[in-house]
Amino acid sequence: MQGGVAEHLAALERGGARPRPVRRPEELAGVHGLVLPGGESTTMSRLLETFELFEPVAERLSEGMPAYGSCAGMVLLGNRVLDNEAPDGSPAVRTLDALDVAVRRNAFGRQVDSFETEVDVEGVDGGPVHAVFIRAPWVEKTGSGVRVLATVDTPDPHVAGERASAGTIVAVRQGPVLATAFHPELVTTDERVHRYFVQTVRAA
Amino acid sequence: MTTGENAVGTTTGTDGVKRGMAEMLKGGVIMDVVTPEQARIAEQAGAVAVMALERVPADIRSQGGVARMSDPDMIARIVESVSIPVMAKARIGHFVEARVLQSAGVDYIDESEVLTPADEANHIDKWPFTVPFVCGATNLGEALRRISEGAAMIRSKGEAGTGNVVEATRHMRQIRAEMRRLSVLESDELYAAAKELRVPVELVREVARTGKLPVVLFTAGGIATPADAAMMREVGAEGVFVGSGIFKSGDPQARAEAIVKATTFHDDPDVIAKVSRGLGEAMVGLNVDSLPEDQHYARRGW
Repeated sequence: MQGGVAEHLAALERGGARPRPVRRPEELAGVHGLVLPGGESTTMSRLLETFELFEPVAERLSEGMPAYGSCAGMVLLGNRVLDNEAPDGSPAVRTLDALDVAVRRNAFGRQVDSFETEVDVEGVDGGPVHAVFIRAPWVEKTGSGVRVLATVDTPDPHVAGERASAGTIVAVRQGPVLATAFHPELVTTDERVHRYFVQTVRAA
Repeated sequence: MTTGENAVGTTTGTDGVKRGMAEMLKGGVIMDVVTPEQARIAEQAGAVAVMALERVPADIRSQGGVARMSDPDMIARIVESVSIPVMAKARIGHFVEARVLQSAGVDYIDESEVLTPADEANHIDKWPFTVPFVCGATNLGEALRRISEGAAMIRSKGEAGTGNVVEATRHMRQIRAEMRRLSVLESDELYAAAKELRVPVELVREVARTGKLPVVLFTAGGIATPADAAMMREVGAEGVFVGSGIFKSGDPQARAEAIVKATTFHDDPDVIAKVSRGLGEAMVGLNVDSLPEDQHYARRGW
């Protein structure tokens, strides 16, 4: 729809899947799992509604369709967004409620605070994953059914005092739904996270 | 603040986060806004980012004078009013304006020919900055020279503030045609191609191999209607900047939403027909041929 769609398609293909883009409700019917790419969460939330995809996607998710969201996709899959208020008081992002987590948007700061680092992800073998965080969110609270797959230490000294600390949650899983605050699709030499998701879809 | 590694092994300001940021904007529309209210309208309409400036290009054209970086206070108010990324323009070569914008917390800097150039020989050296840059180009050589100076995103220049898409079309077709030409050259012919294009041979090799720029390519300059935006996607733009076209039109909110939809469904004429209905007056527009010589912004920069 918007964001790193082509990168996700390529990574899924390298991970052994036969991916296709979904922009219309009828295109959703044929897929076994859905990736919500990184992009702008406000924009993607708006587009989901304008293209009449919000309800069908929410319905498929409630029926147990596997899904993976990176960055903005993580924000959309959660059930609570902190600081989520448009100026008129309405929520800026409408969430799909597939993960019992509270997510803070742009939590690490603005673009000048975006960073790259190495992250160990539970379930992804072969050493740490190179992770690119771009105006990234983080998970601030998790419900009981949510497994934390990865954390990072305080990435930026000037937000350390406020909210970030050692053990900031950046990857989670609940049932067949997976989310990362970073963008594995941008690292074209490593598709392990996508392979992990493809396996999740096959097992579902 | 430059690229740097801190104690816990994280690195800011890398190529990866600068170019990756532009990847996240792909398929989207970036809108020029001059007030926080306009920024909120743009965000509500589904813009992926806004460009904060004091005067849209159409007004810069009609009012004349030296066009400079916007007041940081005005940029700060726009930054506070939306959650989408905020871009701002610096004059070509004006590295201090760029430093100020980085310090003001903007997410992307446009080193823009729409403002009056500050240096007629040198563009900004963009590598030392943590904030990423987008630059305009009319052809492949210009695009690659900007990338070699550190630009993390390229846009066609078009002819801003005219509401006339002809120059953006020319630049998009030119850039794409030159990339196709490189892809059929023998490897020993790429040295001469690099000399002709006046760019490092490594970049020429990369384009010849991949068939695309190493950074995201958007279009800008004269896009006024949903059909304009969709046509630009069809000729190879990965996203669209709309300047004066939205807030100089009769019904900005409706036009903004329509341009967002047409950009997403650029290959579906039924959708474009539906969203193009009843949008009210488009901006008036200017014929590029009748512009005085010194009013061709696309000729600024080299």
